[in-house]
Amino acid sequence: MSALFEARGVTKHFGGLTAVHDVTFGVDGGISSIIGPNGAGKTTLFNVFTGLYQPDAGEIAFRGQPLVGLRPDQITTLGVCRTFQNIRLFSNMTAAENVLVGMHSRITLSVGDVLGRGARFRDQEAGLWRRAAELLERVGLRAKANEVARNLPYGEQRRLELARALASGPALLLLDEPTAGMTQGEAVTLMALLRRLVGELSLAIILIEHNMRVVMEVSDRVAVLDHGEKIAEGAPREVQSNPRVIEAYLGRRAAARAGS
Amino acid sequence: MHTVAAVVLIAASGVGVTVFPRSILVFLVFQASLVFVYLARIPEWLRWSLLAIALLVMMPTIGSYNGYYLEVATQVGIFAALALGLNIVVGLAGLLDLGYVAFFAVGAYSWAIFGSPHGNVLFGGGFPLPAWWFYPFLLIGLGVAAGTGVLLGLPVLRLRGDYLAIVTLGFGEVIRVLANNLDKPINVTNGPKGITPISRPPLPPDVSYAVGFYFLVLLIVLVVVLVNRRLEDSHIGRAWEAIREDQLAAQAMGVPLVRAKLLAFACGASFAGVMGVVFSAKQIFINPESFTFLESIGVLAMVILGGMGSIPGAIIGATVVTVLNLQVLKGLSLWLNELKNAGVTLFGYNLANLPTQLEPAKYERMIFGIILVLMMIFRPQGIFPARRRQRELGE
Repeated sequence: MSALFEARGVTKHFGGLTAVHDVTFGVDGGISSIIGPNGAGKTTLFNVFTGLYQPDAGEIAFRGQPLVGLRPDQITTLGVCRTFQNIRLFSNMTAAENVLVGMHSRITLSVGDVLGRGARFRDQEAGLWRRAAELLERVGLRAKANEVARNLPYGEQRRLELARALASGPALLLLDEPTAGMTQGEAVTLMALLRRLVGELSLAIILIEHNMRVVMEVSDRVAVLDHGEKIAEGAPREVQSNPRVIEAYLGRRAAARAGS
Repeated sequence: MHTVAAVVLIAASGVGVTVFPRSILVFLVFQASLVFVYLARIPEWLRWSLLAIALLVMMPTIGSYNGYYLEVATQVGIFAALALGLNIVVGLAGLLDLGYVAFFAVGAYSWAIFGSPHGNVLFGGGFPLPAWWFYPFLLIGLGVAAGTGVLLGLPVLRLRGDYLAIVTLGFGEVIRVLANNLDKPINVTNGPKGITPISRPPLPPDVSYAVGFYFLVLLIVLVVVLVNRRLEDSHIGRAWEAIREDQLAAQAMGVPLVRAKLLAFACGASFAGVMGVVFSAKQIFINPESFTFLESIGVLAMVILGGMGSIPGAIIGATVVTVLNLQVLKGLSLWLNELKNAGVTLFGYNLANLPTQLEPAKYERMIFGIILVLMMIFRPQGIFPARRRQRELGE
């Protein structure tokens, strides 16, 4: 079905609670969104996709390679990277250093190279810093490269996290509520940036998002989770008018009113 | 202004020590002047040449007036290297290791066994090895300690925070108890009696042995600082710091946790291993008492006092703690004793009536405790906190 990323029948339990049940989801490119009420299992699904949790059932494949059983860093090395809902920057490191850590999986230097400081080390290290500058430029943080992450304002921390995730050179980027806490204006700017990235870096993006205006504008496809199950998937317009989706968000009566 | 002050201070205190070789106070002023030079707003070339002159020329000269000061400087060097090693594990990678002295012990025993007649008990004849073997053993001690670090690291890396601290504490005790009891069935460590005499390394005969040893330690510390700096300023050091800041995010960004942590353990342990070899050769005699839990805490105190994750911090921390131990507290005890013997009265109280237990040197740990608590309250980042590297991003 989907060449780039595919999850089939993914299930995850926590004790007696089924957080995600039999979810099948695929991405070929562009921007896909996962929406759903609080507690629907969206973040759990991301954690399963990126190897932080092991699924209890189901298969996940990226470019045909199975991801289940791999560690998060191995999945990142393959080309799937993510951001976190509650921004998890390395807060005492500078913006540039945060981005450099993101490149870790692309570095081929040994301890010997590091201690010897030969041409190999100098070339690669210089290249890393150049790339960090580029990425910071892209998200508009070039001037803040030497600022400690913890001192950046909230919106800039979000953008820095995006730059850090881009640093590993992913083909698929998972963003967990990237516009949370942003004004509508900031959210729109960020979405324009994401659109550009998709075009320029041949990147596919999966978003978890609560801001419906943003979701409907930017997404190519939308999947809706409720109580751990996928209840709808399709183009934004289709999903918006789907009675099950309205029910999940607004309750049964509202759904009936919308249907009548 | 600073330039003049720095030069005058160093020169005056240096001359002062030669004039009053018995005065601890003057030697402390000399040490403080080194710190001043390090911090003063003076040209870099002047700063480093002043420090070089102080460490390479003045310190050995001072040592010829009062040999004990050279001994203090050598001890400071040994502990500075230990603190730098622990700084990698605790300060950079954020893995609280309370059994660090175990690696020091491993290094010390590796040279002690092969560099003393005790080797004959284990392997028949041919021991001690010729003294020049000390130098290859610096590398062997490094390797053995690094291997021990990996062995300890493998099972405990799943643990974090308090749990890791407890397990490493246990490991430190295991090594000490092993050293204490491994005199039977096979006599490996000679138990609580310890091993002696341990060969000292051959040094160039042009200078006195103590001066030569001081230079040897200084050289090793320089190498350790260099290695430390290079590791810190690379993807390896950044990965360690990322783990310290947020382990989960670090892994999600592609840092292989197990490998990075093992490397931190091995690097930290290897410094301790090298210093263990040096320590055993310097002491000539070692026994398990040199490697107690309190030693681990002492090195940790140096790292915290100086500033976690900071190389100058680890060095200043080691200096402060060692000097406090060997000089200030001992000096205070001596001074108090003199006052007592002289029968001085203070506010109508005859000091001779002071209980004999009241001796500052015996309160070493309590004073450390107080210092650490005060540091945590008033300057939790340490004396020289780690500074972020500022860098121009080139095109």
